[in-house]
Amino acid sequence: MPIDAIIIKEQDNVATALRNIQPNEEITLGMGDEAKPFVVQEFISYGHKFSVKDIALGENILKYGEVIGRATQEIPAGAHAHIHNIESLRGRGDLGTRES
Amino acid sequence: MEFNGYRRSNGIVGTRNYVGILSIVVCANEVTDAISRQVQGAAPFMHQQGCCQTPVDIKRVNETLIGLGSNPNLASVLLVSLGCESTDLNDVAKAISKTGKRVETVVIQDVGGGTRSIAAGVLLVQDMVQEASNIKRVPCPVSELVLGLKCGSSDTTSGLAPNPALGIASDLLIEAGGTSILGEVTEFIGAEHLLAQHAKDPQIGQEIIGLVKRMEDRAKSVGADIRGGQPTGGNIKGGLTTIEEKSLGAIAKAGNAPIQAVYEYGVVPRVKGLVVMDSPGREPEILTGLAAAGCNVIAFTTGRGAPQGFPFVPVVKITGNRVTWNKLRDHMDVDVSAVIEGKESLPEAGKRIFREMLAVCSGRLTKAEISGYNKAMDIYMVGPVI
Repeated sequence: MPIDAIIIKEQDNVATALRNIQPNEEITLGMGDEAKPFVVQEFISYGHKFSVKDIALGENILKYGEVIGRATQEIPAGAHAHIHNIESLRGRGDLGTRES
Repeated sequence: MEFNGYRRSNGIVGTRNYVGILSIVVCANEVTDAISRQVQGAAPFMHQQGCCQTPVDIKRVNETLIGLGSNPNLASVLLVSLGCESTDLNDVAKAISKTGKRVETVVIQDVGGGTRSIAAGVLLVQDMVQEASNIKRVPCPVSELVLGLKCGSSDTTSGLAPNPALGIASDLLIEAGGTSILGEVTEFIGAEHLLAQHAKDPQIGQEIIGLVKRMEDRAKSVGADIRGGQPTGGNIKGGLTTIEEKSLGAIAKAGNAPIQAVYEYGVVPRVKGLVVMDSPGREPEILTGLAAAGCNVIAFTTGRGAPQGFPFVPVVKITGNRVTWNKLRDHMDVDVSAVIEGKESLPEAGKRIFREMLAVCSGRLTKAEISGYNKAMDIYMVGPVI
């Protein structure tokens, strides 16, 4: 079945768009062999991510079932999730100390 | 399983049969370039190093040049020197000669300037190309292949299709007795714990973690967030948000084989199977490092469309981004976007990459070779220019 966006691992809180998605568009969200309807809140470019659940400030962002960063603000379900609301935890010479 | 390659006198096998023209210092590049333009069948290696550097880096330039000259894709080698560089022409020439191949030298200050050096070099290389043309391809086992793994201009499609598909192709090569080299240590950051689990023993796992720490500490030493440099601006436009996300997608190209060993930059592996080599991910440095480590073929996945090849090692380009496949067809060799569209399985795509790679190793030209988009070359330096 064709899907419009993919969740790679069940515990992930972001999905990746497989085409440009318009605000309030109802899409098919795939995970493994399952697919479910979902509505995004804003325009998501091909390849960009959106949250699939409400994410709190400071919460880990999970993709591939792994931590890819941390929310720098609340990210409501269906919002574009990218550098404006996610920071990296690695290579942060600006923070002065090693974090992991 | 076999491919048709060039078996050298020291037993190792090339997939191409060029005469290499290697600058041993940045200051010889003009002559190297001019000679290579005047002789068909010659491949130049030029770089920005070789003088006014710390002994650590000069040693690395010497060793990288020896590795490049010893690469089985070169039938013979001309070394071009200015005459006053820090690199050691005689050492480099002697070490490459040990492979059994013919090595010639041109020293610009001895010959008497660039013009005479170009003329002398052209005459030498003409003769070397003719000699090399007598060598014929013969059936060779795929266990002779040393595959370099590379991804570049990545986006979020890279981790979904081309990288895991290349991982499957790499596993197939290793099952057949071959070797794969994984570099791009910067792009292990955030995923090193998963790579370490693939290490054949805890010691190798610790070495992988150590390499990543060294690379990350070096990046952090400038006191800034590396985002923008890693992931790059292009990666970010393609939807990659953090280095961790980029890394988790990038390491998929290593497949599931156990990691047998960890090597410094440009070192020829002494074992078969999957190995890790220290290198950043930027194209000139990693492609050169893989060639110096003896790779006779490189597989390079891309999202947004990286065109770079290398002068004497075929670089197979693989994308999972349908837009890139359609827009940059002159640079792309394999399209695996059907995986993302649910029309092809990852194992099928992996087998397709493997077959394409074998065809290329037997002589099929890559887009980078056909277009001559193959000047991404330099040597990874760790110290300052002094």
